Amino acid sequence: MSVVIQTGADIALAMLALAMLLCLFRLLRGPSMADRVLALDTLYINSLAGLMVAGVRLDDPTFFDAAIVIGLLGFIGTVAFAKYLLRGDIIE
Amino acid sequence: MNSAAWVDWIVAALMVGGAAFALVGSYGLAKLSDFYKRLHGPTKATTLGVGGVLLAACVFFISAGRGGTEQILVALFLFITAPVSAHLLVKAVLSLNAADRPPQPPDDGQGRP
Repeated sequence: MSVVIQTGADIALAMLALAMLLCLFRLLRGPSMADRVLALDTLYINSLAGLMVAGVRLDDPTFFDAAIVIGLLGFIGTVAFAKYLLRGDIIE
Repeated sequence: MNSAAWVDWIVAALMVGGAAFALVGSYGLAKLSDFYKRLHGPTKATTLGVGGVLLAACVFFISAGRGGTEQILVALFLFITAPVSAHLLVKAVLSLNAADRPPQPPDDGQGRP
């Protein structure tokens, strides 16, 4: 693990943390329900990127399995929220 | 440490660049004024940013000689699902706010305008 990768990963983690804070702001503020769903979608994508950077930073491939699970569940959650917004019901 | 120095620089640049794109996308989500404008940030910039970060992880683990297929899998899955979820959200919002849409142009009797 070289110093270059460590420094780059630290900078990237800081930027991703700031991005997740901006998503949290939109999640709490968002005027409509769709804004909150969109903020949650962006939040899970950012957390997936953060897990990737953490996996490189700590040199541990276990993080990528967690990233796959977050990606799957986040997509299913967004689809369910969109269906709820559209129909008012998820399972018809 | 057996990988060359330039691989480290590539990995670091891809990570920082990807995180910068994700940050710009999230800033657009927080800053812009309308839902349809807000949708641009996460669907374009953030997806590209995550792609950069995943590419960095892939290059890192391939150069270390320990696989790299999981990262490609995550990137492929994300590139397939992100436009689908954005499309579903827009469809839901368009059907909710049907009154906000501009009226259709008048029919001139020659089929579709």
